[in-house]
Amino acid sequence: MAAMQFRQAIVNALADEMRSDPTVMLFGEDVAEAEGPFKTSEGLLAEFGPVRVRDTPISEMGFTGAAVGAAILGAKPVVEIMFIEFLGVALDQVVTEAAKMRYLSNGKLSVPMVVRASCGSGLGFGSQHSQTLENWFTATPGLKLIMLSDAQAAYSLTRAAIQDPDPVVILEPRILYAKRGEVDKNLKIEIGKARVLRDGTDITIVTSGQMVDVCRAAIEESGVNAALIDLATIIPWDRVTVLNSVKKTGRLVVVEEAPLSGGWGSEIVAATTSALFSELKAAPFRITSPDIPVPYSGPLETRYIPTKDDVARQLKEVIATGKTPKTWWEMEGLK
Amino acid sequence: MSIQLERRKAVQTDEVAGYERMLEIREFENQINGLFAAGLIRGTTHLCLGQEALDIALAAELRPTDTVMATYRGHGIALALGLTPESVLGEIMGKTIGCCGGVGGSMHLADMTLGLLPTSAIVGGGIPIAAGAGLAYQLLGQDNVGVAVFGDGATNIGAFHEGLNLAAIWKLPVIFICDNNVYGEYSRIDKTTPLEDLHMRADSYKMAHYAVDGMDVHATRKGIKEAVDRARSGGGPTLIEAKTYRFAGHSRADKALYRPEGELEKWMERDPIKLTEEDLVKRGLLDSAKIEKMRADMTKTIEGVVATCQAAPDPTVASMFENVFTK
Ligand SMILES: Cc1ncc(C[n+]2csc(CCOP(=O)(O)OP(=O)(O)O)c2C)c(N)n1
Ligand SMILES: [Mg+2]
Repeated sequence: MAAMQFRQAIVNALADEMRSDPTVMLFGEDVAEAEGPFKTSEGLLAEFGPVRVRDTPISEMGFTGAAVGAAILGAKPVVEIMFIEFLGVALDQVVTEAAKMRYLSNGKLSVPMVVRASCGSGLGFGSQHSQTLENWFTATPGLKLIMLSDAQAAYSLTRAAIQDPDPVVILEPRILYAKRGEVDKNLKIEIGKARVLRDGTDITIVTSGQMVDVCRAAIEESGVNAALIDLATIIPWDRVTVLNSVKKTGRLVVVEEAPLSGGWGSEIVAATTSALFSELKAAPFRITSPDIPVPYSGPLETRYIPTKDDVARQLKEVIATGKTPKTWWEMEGLK
Repeated sequence: MSIQLERRKAVQTDEVAGYERMLEIREFENQINGLFAAGLIRGTTHLCLGQEALDIALAAELRPTDTVMATYRGHGIALALGLTPESVLGEIMGKTIGCCGGVGGSMHLADMTLGLLPTSAIVGGGIPIAAGAGLAYQLLGQDNVGVAVFGDGATNIGAFHEGLNLAAIWKLPVIFICDNNVYGEYSRIDKTTPLEDLHMRADSYKMAHYAVDGMDVHATRKGIKEAVDRARSGGGPTLIEAKTYRFAGHSRADKALYRPEGELEKWMERDPIKLTEEDLVKRGLLDSAKIEKMRADMTKTIEGVVATCQAAPDPTVASMFENVFTK
C-alpha cells in the first residue's frame, strides 16, 4: 500500500504497463515534454523515450484515428484527450470506427486502445470544459466505458483497460487529480465489476466519479444506512452486484453528475425496476444535475452539481415517506 | 449611440484612442493576472499580452455589423471591439454585470451589438462558424464580413481545413486570421507543424493569403483592409497570418519555462505598445508627458473597474435556468 495522488496513480499505472509490455505507447497534446497538462505522464518520456511517448499536434481526429490503426496492427496505444469535450472532433474514430472493427472483421481484428480524458465540473472552467459526457458512449456496443473515482480505481482500472483487447474510454474526474488515496498495486479491479464501498440495509446508492465522495459524505450527514456502490465500469455495467444489493435494501437511487436527460442512471433504474418490481419498497429514482449547460459563476456551479446536502435530504425523504423526492429545482419552482 | 458603439467608433476614427485601447488591454490583462494569482477569480484564463496590435487593427477595420468568431484568448478582442472593461471583467468574475450574465466566464465573451459571437474554447471550433456567417451574408445579399481569429495551433485541426475549403469553393465573404504567437499551449509551433509560414496552407485552397507583422498596427490594419475589401466586393476569402508572440504563458498555471532563453526578450523589443508609442510620438500625435499621464490614468481606471466588479452582485440561481432554449 502506498498513498499517492489520483494523478500519480495514473502515472504509475501507465509506467507499470509500459514496463511490462513494450507495445504500450502514449500520445496526446503536451504529454511528453511537458509531462501532461495535468501531470499524468510525469517521468514517462524520460523512462520510455520519444518513440513510445509522443506529443501530438492539436489534431484529435488524427491522433485518435492513428491509435485505432496502430492498435489493430500490434500496438497498445493510450491516447490522452485533455478535456472530454475535445473528443467531439474525433468521435467518429472511437464510436464509428474502433467500436465496430471486431464486428466488421468477423472477429479477426482487435482494437486494444485506450482513450483517457479528464472530465467534470466544479473548477470554474465553464460550459465547454466541465461536462462528463458519458452519454456520448453509452449507446455504442463494442466500446467499454470507465469512470474513475479514486486513486485505487485509477491505478487498477487504467492497467485493466490497457490490458483489455477492446477499445476502452476512461473518464478521469479532473477535480480528483490532486486528491490523495491509498493504492495497493496488487489489487485488481476487473472491467465490468462494480465496487461495493459500503454495505447498508436501507437503500442502495449507485454512483460514479466525483459523486462517490459526495454520496459518502451524504450518507454520513443523513445517518441513513445506505449501501454505496461505485459503478466504476459504466458500460458494460455490473447488473449482478447492483441487483443483489437492491434485493437486500429494497430501494435504489442513482446519483450522476451529468444532466437529468439521457443519463446512464435511467438504464439502471429501468433494469432494476423491471427485474425487482415486486420486491421494491420505493420507486427507484435518480439524482442528477439539471438540464442546463454547466454555468461558470462559482455560486451557480456549486448549486448545479448534486451536493452532499441535497443527496442527504433525498435519502432521508425517500426512507421516511417512500415517495420519490422532488429535485431541488422543482422545490424552488425553477423550470 | 451606446457606450460600446462609441468605444468602437473611437478606435476606428482616432489613432490615439486606438493606442489608449491597447494600454487598456495591457493594463486589464496585468490586473487579471494579479486577480487570479490572489485567488479572486476561479477557473482559468488565457492572456493576450503581446497581441494587442491585432486586436486594435481588427476593431478599426471591421464594422460593428461584421461578425467575429474568436477564442478563449479573447479579452483583448472583446475590449478592442468595444465591450466595456466592466462587462468583460464582470464576466470573468462571474457577475451579473458580465456580458454573459456570469454564466460564460473568461473563455466565453460575447456582444452581438459589436459583432462578437460567443468566443469558443474549442480549438478550431469557430473557423467553420465564421464561414457560416459569410454564408448567411451571401444568402441575404448583405455586404458584411465574417471573421475567424484563431491560433497557430488551430491550423492542425480538421475544422480549419474544412472551413477554409468551404469558404474557398463558395467564395464566401470571410477572413481567416491566424495569430501565430509561436506556441500552442506548451508546444512550439515548429514541433507540431512542418511549415513555417502558416498562411501557405491556403495555397492548396486557391485562396488569397499572406503574412502581416502582427506587432505593427499599421501593417496589420493594411493586411486586414485588403481582405475586407476583397470580401465585401465578392472576391472571396483570405487567410492572414499575423506574426505575433505570446508574452505570457498559455494559461494561468503556465510559467512558460519551455521557451528558449532570450526569445521573449527579443520579441519584447518589438512590443506592439512600444512600437505604436514611437510611431505616434514621431508623428507628433503624442509626447512623453501625455503618455505618462495616459498610462497612470489607465491604471487608475482599471483599478476602478476591478472595484466595481468585485462589488457587483452574483447571479441568482434562477438565472442559470434561462436561455437554454428560446422558451
Ligand atoms: C479541440 C481542442 N483541443 C485541445 C484544446 C486545448 N487547448 C486549448 S488552447 C490550446 C492551444 C491552442 O494553440 P493556438 O491555436 O496556437 O492558440 P493560442 O492558445 O496560442 O492562442 C489547446 C491545445 C482545445 N481547447 N480544443
Ligand atoms: Mg498559438
